[in-house]
Amino acid sequence: MVVGRPDDDDVDRLFGALADATRRDIVQRVMGSEASVSTLARSYAMSFAAVQKHVAVLERAGLVSKERRGREQIVRGDIGTIRAAVRLLDVYEELWRGRIGRIDDLLALPPEGDVR
Amino acid sequence: MTVVSTTKDDEALSLSIVADLAAPPARVWQLWSDPRQLERWWGPPTWPATFVDHDLTTGGRATYYMTGPEGEKAHGWWRFDSVDEPWSLAFEDGFADDDGTPNDSMPTTRAQVVLEEIPEGTRMTVTSSFQSAEQMQQLVEMGMVEGLTGAMGQIDTILAEG
Repeated sequence: MVVGRPDDDDVDRLFGALADATRRDIVQRVMGSEASVSTLARSYAMSFAAVQKHVAVLERAGLVSKERRGREQIVRGDIGTIRAAVRLLDVYEELWRGRIGRIDDLLALPPEGDVR
Repeated sequence: MTVVSTTKDDEALSLSIVADLAAPPARVWQLWSDPRQLERWWGPPTWPATFVDHDLTTGGRATYYMTGPEGEKAHGWWRFDSVDEPWSLAFEDGFADDDGTPNDSMPTTRAQVVLEEIPEGTRMTVTSSFQSAEQMQQLVEMGMVEGLTGAMGQIDTILAEG
């Protein structure tokens, strides 16, 4: 399981990948059930190569994974894992930034402010 | 903003945050050692924490609960692995049942806190680590984490726009 490696670049890549309507649509389709690139290509008014390119962007962002099965390339959504890594660490960062902010406020109080 | 840096290590499943605080280590230590002061910053404003027990000694435990906006209570416990006043402490943080009994089926996180004296006061480094990717996933799946911040709700919003 790839529990992402999102640093800031990865997060940018993630949001960049999701900034396109076709790619968002692809992500939604393959989140619940996998689909081959050719199946996906038939759903959009664009070339196989163009769809393949979108899939590659999503793959680089860690949103989907691609697996070759015979002649087909199967695409599957990885949103859960990506969310797990990005969200939780971000949530914890947010949480700790909040705590540090409150600590700052407490330390800024005059000594009698410490009185319980 | 006194947060100097944050580092997320997804391999080690950890987050480090470094902050420079305008008070000497002994004063910063009180924010950890005095439960009444701890309560004033540990929980987010929407989920304030109440410490029921707080035995800040190596091997000691703390029990606490956080009260949500609807009055719901989330119980937790800490177990202190090491305590070296006023320089460092490390503890495991887990979930508890309503009566404060540790719930072993729930994920735990480990926190390590280091205080260093600097000319401006204290540099505090906190490292939070998760036990495993699975546990991290489990924490995400629990609504509680979502309740703490909407920060990454952005992904949902973007996906929903599709």
